[in-house]
Amino acid sequence: MTTKLIGTSPNRRSVLTGMAAGGLLASGALPRFAQAQSSAPIKLGFQLHRTGIGASYGRWYERTAQAALKLLNEGGGINGRPVEIIFEDDGTDPRRGAEVVEKLASQAGVDAIFGPLFSHVVIGSAPRAGELKVPYLVCSEGYHVASGMLNRWTLQPGITDVRAQVSSMAPWVMNNLGKKVTMVFPDYAFGYDHRDFFTAAVEAQGGQVVAQLAIPPTETSFTRYLPQIPAETEVLYHVMVGPAVLTFVKELGEFYGTGPRPEIFGFIDSLEAVNIASPGLEFLEGTHFWEGHCRTQQADASEFEIAYRAAVGVDADGASVSDAKDVATYAHMFSTWETLFILKAGMEAAGYQGPADRQKLVEAIEAMTAMPASMAHPQGDKMFNGKTHQVFGHQNISKVEGGKLLRVHKTTLEDSMYEDAVDYTTMSF
Amino acid sequence: MKSLALHLAVIALLFALQFVLPPYHHTNIARVMVLAVFAMGYNIAFGYTGLLSLGHALFFGAGLYAAGLMANGGWTGLATLPAGLLAGGLVALAVGMLALRTAGVSFMIVTLMFAQAGYLTILYFGPVTGGDEGFVLPAAARNLAGFDLATETPRYTLGLALFAVALLANLALVRSPLGRVMVAMRENEERSRMLGYNPFTVKLTALVISGLYAGVAGAGYALMFGYVGASFAAIQYSILPMLWVLLGGAGTVLGPFIGALLMFYLIDLSSSVTTAHQMVVGVALLALVLFAPKGLLGTLRERGLKWLP
Repeated sequence: MTTKLIGTSPNRRSVLTGMAAGGLLASGALPRFAQAQSSAPIKLGFQLHRTGIGASYGRWYERTAQAALKLLNEGGGINGRPVEIIFEDDGTDPRRGAEVVEKLASQAGVDAIFGPLFSHVVIGSAPRAGELKVPYLVCSEGYHVASGMLNRWTLQPGITDVRAQVSSMAPWVMNNLGKKVTMVFPDYAFGYDHRDFFTAAVEAQGGQVVAQLAIPPTETSFTRYLPQIPAETEVLYHVMVGPAVLTFVKELGEFYGTGPRPEIFGFIDSLEAVNIASPGLEFLEGTHFWEGHCRTQQADASEFEIAYRAAVGVDADGASVSDAKDVATYAHMFSTWETLFILKAGMEAAGYQGPADRQKLVEAIEAMTAMPASMAHPQGDKMFNGKTHQVFGHQNISKVEGGKLLRVHKTTLEDSMYEDAVDYTTMSF
Repeated sequence: MKSLALHLAVIALLFALQFVLPPYHHTNIARVMVLAVFAMGYNIAFGYTGLLSLGHALFFGAGLYAAGLMANGGWTGLATLPAGLLAGGLVALAVGMLALRTAGVSFMIVTLMFAQAGYLTILYFGPVTGGDEGFVLPAAARNLAGFDLATETPRYTLGLALFAVALLANLALVRSPLGRVMVAMRENEERSRMLGYNPFTVKLTALVISGLYAGVAGAGYALMFGYVGASFAAIQYSILPMLWVLLGGAGTVLGPFIGALLMFYLIDLSSSVTTAHQMVVGVALLALVLFAPKGLLGTLRERGLKWLP
């Protein structure tokens, strides 16, 4: 048995009436739609390392970008338009990275893409961004942007690259820690950047790299490498990454015991998202680290830095305010915040309306130079080089004291600059 | 005849699709087609000959790097594509000569070790290979007979051409006497030997053909997408073709394509709706193992489509 609702079957008259009404509605709605279009949200794509080896970074990059987005929208968005971010996981994989760029640009129709950190993902994705002619703002630290390897659409305005980081800190290391350096680094491209640029910077300062120990990526124990550290070593420079760093530090501690040891200088990359007071890391007490942004809130922290920390939800020790065990990737994650505000500044300078203005956006960012410290740049002031698409900022050297990282030196912007290797502005779009 | 018509229809459908697909899916299908060539190669070794390899990333990587390094030297697609094909075949020949002295689990381990050695070699020669970061192909090298592979239509056309040739060659192979001997090796090696076939020669031939497929897919991928990196020679690129083949149906000609296609869209669609997309993929694979262990086309063949090659 079926039940039929009386009067629900459409007849010719009702259909015609409905069509006429629909037509009227449509014509009446058109001006409102056009008006809505000009205030439609600006859509940005975020290429996120949510899974894979970059996941600990990805978790904090998403939180930082969300916090920046909230502040941005509270302040009126971009050109008075609200902004939304579409996060898409790339698995920290270059193939998926290129697919994600494709998905965000072609399917989601975003105005620009930002956020990736890992170099191999950036290098694997950038060609597709260039082909799709979508602004691609990376947060990767790699020298691959300023070296000229990538394209006109790829920029790095939110974080200093490794070449600048390394060379700007070498003078302080030479003058304060020692002139005879042994370097311990992973035996692949990331390690080679450190090896090459730091060695050159050390020699320029009259120092000497007495040994370079390249550790194959498959090693799980380092005891056989440690005796290769020459006795004359005054500074041990380490940039180990991944879970192996915990073993490395522990075995280093066992190797030197309580006896004399060289000064130790490392990159915080090794210990991002890791509590420096973890068991086994006691040996790091008194050693020095590079930090892009100081994890521990310093006594002279700027108002911007304090407000940024609160907005992202990070306590004074660099952990989540809701979970003290959830340590931030604080030295790097400011780059996503600053990159979002650079997109805002670029879009507003370019009078950005939609994807047809993407080229204008790139040109507007290329025209940027000084970036004063502000809520848009809580890590500090910076200088952008439009020709190389690379920004230069202050670097921090911190010492571990009582389980906290306390800054002992801050480089100037000039310390980190080097001669241009490329002029992207002469390349075609 | 029926099976030839089906495979030609798939190629015709893929040809026609390029005119209607939106840009995003246009590139996706081009990508899936070239990865399906890699999977077809894996299927020739695993699905038809019973060689469970965990080292195919090495063959794919050989093609990828042969094309990429030659591109850095100024060569274009006309030279780099055949070079990738040969590199995959030659590396498979060298690996096969040694690894085929073993069988079963030992073969898996030996091929895995070779692939891992290859991966570490790429990292070791970082100044040439770009190490873990890899490198971007020069724009001028991404050119095949005057067509710019950085643009949509030539890229899709190359993907389709590689796929079509690989598919039809695969079909011809499995229907040839050699193809039947390959299946015989998979089913009962001792009996095949007793019938006068040399298992080593047959398996080596299958592995070399498999390597040629993987190599040309690697070279095609480098040219079409402009990036060469060590991650393509890492362990997951030995496992991925196995998953694609198992999903689509091991020992079926169209299975690798179906598997690669489904896996791609499974990840792509699930990542749009949930952050736990890897769990979705995991559950799908578990369901496959439990309810359709012979893969999609393998199950279809079992349940009526017996003519499916």
